[in-house]
Amino acid sequence: MSTGKLHRTPIHWLGELVIQPVEFVGDFVLFSWLTFQWVFSRWPRSSVIWPALYQVGVLSLPVVVVTGAFIGMVLAVQSYDQLRVMHLESQLGAVVNLTLVKELGPVLAATMLAGRVGSAIAAEIGTMRVTEQVDALEALGADPIQYLVVPRFLGCVLLIPLLTVVADAIGIYASWLFSTAVLGVNSYYYWNYTYQFVTLFDVSSGVFKSVFFGAAIALVACHRGFNARAGAEGVGTAATQTFVYSFVFILFLDFLSGVLLSQISQWLYG
Amino acid sequence: MSMPALELKQVSRRFGTQQVLREIDLQVFPGETLVLIGESGCGKSVTTKLLAGMLEPSAGTVLWQGRDVASLSAEEKLRQRLKIGYLFQSAALFDSMNVYENIAFGLHQNTDLKESTIREIVQDQIRAVGLTVDVGRKKPSELSGGMRKRVGLARALALAPEIIIYDEPTTGLDPVMSDVVNELIITTRERRPVISIIVTHDMHTVQKVADRVVMLFPLAGLEPGQPQVIFEGTPEQAFSSREERVCSFVHGDATRRLQKMALT
Repeated sequence: MSTGKLHRTPIHWLGELVIQPVEFVGDFVLFSWLTFQWVFSRWPRSSVIWPALYQVGVLSLPVVVVTGAFIGMVLAVQSYDQLRVMHLESQLGAVVNLTLVKELGPVLAATMLAGRVGSAIAAEIGTMRVTEQVDALEALGADPIQYLVVPRFLGCVLLIPLLTVVADAIGIYASWLFSTAVLGVNSYYYWNYTYQFVTLFDVSSGVFKSVFFGAAIALVACHRGFNARAGAEGVGTAATQTFVYSFVFILFLDFLSGVLLSQISQWLYG
Repeated sequence: MSMPALELKQVSRRFGTQQVLREIDLQVFPGETLVLIGESGCGKSVTTKLLAGMLEPSAGTVLWQGRDVASLSAEEKLRQRLKIGYLFQSAALFDSMNVYENIAFGLHQNTDLKESTIREIVQDQIRAVGLTVDVGRKKPSELSGGMRKRVGLARALALAPEIIIYDEPTTGLDPVMSDVVNELIITTRERRPVISIIVTHDMHTVQKVADRVVMLFPLAGLEPGQPQVIFEGTPEQAFSSREERVCSFVHGDATRRLQKMALT
């Protein structure tokens, strides 16, 4: 009797082991390509874009401010102990601020965005997928990628640089406040060494790479949402996968951009 | 007989390793009300999504007015698709929008009509499905199951489609509300010469609205090579059929199924 299902042999399992990751990557690349096509051809109505910008930008501000402040203070505490041993505590500002603007500011802003916004996007689109709302969009003549993905993609790509600047600024301020008020570092040396060692290139390279983090978060979140399996568990899995995949993607892009920007820096400044 | 408005030719559809449809042939003619019946999981909803162009076949051809859907440009496909209104099983109303915005969505998306004209069309559609205009301000979460279906129907009708697909329109509704939905299907058909394709398990709907009935059977219960369409005819023929699978389905008789389960 035909069961409608293929009879599976070890060869099938082996094939799946190879085909599934290839299929996943291919599907993700195609999805990203379609998104870019819409981004560069036609945006949806502004009434669709504004809520996405609000969700990504305004609603993420509090968590980015809190994270930035604490990471600035934590860096100050940790670095101060090390520098004091070498009698270099006056250079605390340079160490903390360079770490913040080059690495921790962009990466932490992106991580917060992946956790807060990425998971929410995946859950929202996943729910729409399993309740046939995505099919309904198509039936009513809207392209789901243009209508659902493009606004969220634009929100993440356009606003993550601003969130990164906010995280950097709050982290620097909190670190200065804590270093001078609690650790007794001289304010003049704190800023003097910061100006000496932190260049405009360092600040802009951090902001620049955050754009790629934002794009990765939006694409991963929307792709997972579109591929959510039916039921509450399927939507939950999509949200969890979004955070995990985005985080790994962010670290991978951070490594790549680190290597690339270091080459550019050497080329520019020798 | 005239040329079919929609046609499936030897269409198969597979999801991963799971085959749902195998070499289906189906024709839908202008002006008719076709009802698709069959056990859960036999591929009725997949069939309607193939007809509406929301899914692509794994094999075979889908024809709209005799033209292969696969050969249409994106713009032609969109234009054709807008001629098909789809009432989803769960109504699939957009949670983030109110009723007015849901019904107006297709008009905003595909027309350059003034907001005042859109408002008139939306209000007409709300009244046509037996609701009051003030329901337009409500969110889908504030509506009952019957109201959601009616709003879903109003949304499907807003673009004045030539073909309307109803996916289990009466599922989950009480008998009175089911009959209200059946009446809406009939009055919609009377108001405009539309083609109606209805997926249902409700035999009252079959008796009341169908011109023609097609029954699908799940692949799991078929021998290789056996056709998946096991019945095609009028409602009267369906109810008087002596074919065991058709007879037990339309009369809701599970005796033989239970005997078979006991044997296995």
